[in-house]
Amino acid sequence: MSRRTLSDAEAQERASEQRSYLWGFALALILTLIPFGVAAFAEWRPLHLYLLIGLCAMVQVVVHFRCFLHITLARNKREDLQLILFTALILLIMVGGTLWILFNLYYRMMPHMLP
Amino acid sequence: MTALTSRHTDRAGAPARHPGLNLGHAHREGEESREEMVFGFWVFMMSDMILFGLLFGTYVTMLGGTAGGPGPKDLFDMRGAFFETMLLLVSSFTFGMASLALKYRDDRRVLVGWLLVTLLLGLGFVAHELYDFHRMFEAGGVPSRSGFLSAFFSLVPLHGLHVTVACIWLIALLGQLAVHGLDAQTKNGLIRLAILWHFLDIVWIGIFSLVYLGGLA
Repeated sequence: MSRRTLSDAEAQERASEQRSYLWGFALALILTLIPFGVAAFAEWRPLHLYLLIGLCAMVQVVVHFRCFLHITLARNKREDLQLILFTALILLIMVGGTLWILFNLYYRMMPHMLP
Repeated sequence: MTALTSRHTDRAGAPARHPGLNLGHAHREGEESREEMVFGFWVFMMSDMILFGLLFGTYVTMLGGTAGGPGPKDLFDMRGAFFETMLLLVSSFTFGMASLALKYRDDRRVLVGWLLVTLLLGLGFVAHELYDFHRMFEAGGVPSRSGFLSAFFSLVPLHGLHVTVACIWLIALLGQLAVHGLDAQTKNGLIRLAILWHFLDIVWIGIFSLVYLGGLA
């Protein structure tokens, strides 16, 4: 009753948006369960585990941006995507530079600080 | 700004012009200001992302600095981290359902229902995180103990503070909904809060992966 009467185009749009949220939730759930499951129950070598956790996290971030925040490759959304990529570039320079310099310093002068 | 206002169409023929769910043709009121407002909020989110990213970097540089105090394996609890992750992920989904109700329904009942579920999940997350910190304090993991713990307590509680503020904002919007109904301002507020909420879930992916799983692996 209280649902607005939707035109065909709107009904189609609604279905596709609902699918987007459901897919996003399902994928995010799987990508969360994999690293937690492996970390809790499997005896993997730490390096492999770190790689798996990092990979799942990166894919999940993309899933969240795509399905929950609706950032797509469509032309009219380019500014939003470009802003994400620019932020990622700034972070790469600043965080990467910090880690590079500080771990080099630890390596040369404070080996006990290396994890 | 010409590119911003152009009407290229997304899939299903709906003009999509800002991050998050676009309300489309049926919600014309307040539409002129909505696009700029949401884009401005998006810029703010991205600056917030830089803040969090640098705190992640600081945390990694401090991983070795436990100064003989308790480390990740002594303090972190995987079950608690998993529970918090699930609360936040489900709340992200329920906020998505609230956005759909905002876009496609005339009444407020379903919308308010989903928003209340989201609020409860958000408050549950904050409560469990506070309990987690309390447990860490009991085990001697206080911020002043070591560089590692200082870095931890500037990163993770900052996210918790964001979620707390988002919950307060949600309560304020529920008040606005009750008093003014679904007017243009309330809709704009809900759209921006949805972006903040989904964004905070993205930051949490970094926290549970790097801090909790990385620390316990």
